Amino acid sequence: MPELEAVIGLEIHVQLATRTKMFCGCALSFGDEPNVHTCPICLAHPGVLPVPNEEAVRFALKIGMALGCEIAPRSIFHRKNYFYPDNPKAYQISQYDIPICGAGKLGEIRITRAHLEEDAAKTIHVGESGRIHGSAASLVDFNRGGTPLVEIVTEPDLRGAAEAAEWARLLRETVRQLGVSDVNMEEGSLRVDANVSVRPAGTEELGTKTELKNMNSFRFLQRGIEAELERQREIVGAGGTVEQETLHFDPASGDLTSLRSKEEAHDYRYFPEPDLVAIAPTEAMLAAARESLPELPAERQARYETELRLDPEQAKRFAGDPALSEYFEATFAATRADSETEDDSQSDTAAIEPRVVANWVSGDLIATLRAADKTDEDFRDPTVPPAALAALAAQVATKAISHGSGRKVLTILVEEGGDPKAIVEREGLAQMGGDDGELAAIVAAAIEGDPAAAEQIRSGNGKAIGAIVGAVMRETKGRADGGEVNRLIRQQLGL
Amino acid sequence: MIDREQVLHVAKLARLRLDEAEVEAMAGELSGILGHVDRIADLDLEGVEPTSHVVHLENVLRADQPWTSMPPEVALASAPEPFEGAFRAPSPQADAD
Repeated sequence: MPELEAVIGLEIHVQLATRTKMFCGCALSFGDEPNVHTCPICLAHPGVLPVPNEEAVRFALKIGMALGCEIAPRSIFHRKNYFYPDNPKAYQISQYDIPICGAGKLGEIRITRAHLEEDAAKTIHVGESGRIHGSAASLVDFNRGGTPLVEIVTEPDLRGAAEAAEWARLLRETVRQLGVSDVNMEEGSLRVDANVSVRPAGTEELGTKTELKNMNSFRFLQRGIEAELERQREIVGAGGTVEQETLHFDPASGDLTSLRSKEEAHDYRYFPEPDLVAIAPTEAMLAAARESLPELPAERQARYETELRLDPEQAKRFAGDPALSEYFEATFAATRADSETEDDSQSDTAAIEPRVVANWVSGDLIATLRAADKTDEDFRDPTVPPAALAALAAQVATKAISHGSGRKVLTILVEEGGDPKAIVEREGLAQMGGDDGELAAIVAAAIEGDPAAAEQIRSGNGKAIGAIVGAVMRETKGRADGGEVNRLIRQQLGL
Repeated sequence: MIDREQVLHVAKLARLRLDEAEVEAMAGELSGILGHVDRIADLDLEGVEPTSHVVHLENVLRADQPWTSMPPEVALASAPEPFEGAFRAPSPQADAD
């Protein structure tokens, strides 16, 4: 039996963060009293006419552009007919054969389409033994009914549960940075369903897929797919066949249960919505969407890796956190501004490597903030201004102070603020150079104080140097540059 | 031609309960409507763009400005059995059985 390869495609529903619903002016809300945001249109009273929200159209265009989709020159709405209490019209207005956004790509994963539609109302099913006396019933709250949605569908290009969750995170971050949705999985403004199948590795034909629903976090998405892949591999491995069905993930137990097929009459009898005319994006509409596109995570990561030569993990971290990323860029820009204003006599203030600035931001600064219980979640109003961190980084880069002293200054900056140079002077942290002989004298004393270590170093045991370096650092309270200390020790030992 | 089975299938999807006489009548009426539309197939439509709408309008959109929604008691006035501010509908589970 050859290995069974996972074949996964995702369907993602994104609730758009417009002010009003897709086809009427009722305000969007979350957590309000039931049925306080309704009108004759979203309650489907007879004779009403829907009118699309232009902001929702713009948001859909932005999503399409960010995913590299072909934008349809002309797209239309369809009625998707189904009978269920969550939709009073007995059809959902959606798009069918001509979606607003066609084929695209995000990362390595191909996008099939992205289309506009309206969300259903929220229903709570109440059993006979429940709060209502008598027969089982559904309680319906139409506040959510009619919320604009963009449904994004991928090709079955994902090959594993972890990869699927990772890609979904990239998609969420991309949509979040577009500013078109809250993309909160727990509140349902981002909903990810997975189409899962297996096939013998190396073959092209798709196996029978199942659809997984209700995974309201990336962890559950991954766990749900893992559980389903395991189930399908067992079935196929035992010579059985997978049945096409919709499975509901239970986050509490991690179980997948089959939704009853009777509820899933996939016979939607789509037909063009006669109450709506086509959307044919004009140059002005396309320009408005294009101009409001920010630099997106995938582009930003690539720029950091190629132009600034950050390592991929760090580039990804910044790309996924716009506030931190902007803080990094402001700090980096400040280091450049500093070195340009220095006069020629101080040209040894060589431009600091971007990687070094990145380490100060994502390493030292965040660690110091955490240690001080100032997590600084958004760096929009930072505890340490970028210019101050840049000045500190420059002090260390030019060996005016040691890295250890730099951390001390940073702790003071986080606690009290101030000017790094002034703090260095006040605290007497200026690095001891080799020029005035003071450091050389301390090194000589340290060697004299530990003749055993000195002998070991002389006989080729390089590790023994640590003992003497440590002694020097204690004596200088960390103000000495480690590299310089090493050099002096070797020099004085005649190595 | 729309046969009895198709009428029953569509009636089920629309949650319509038809008696035998109605099924017969519907089959005849729907067949008549489709037959009428079918006459279009006799026309020479070479080079005619398919259309999804009878009016030649595009981009009829509204600004994203909230209006005042109905008070919930008005929204629920036509609901036969509201419950705690919600519409009450027969359970789809019960319906499917």
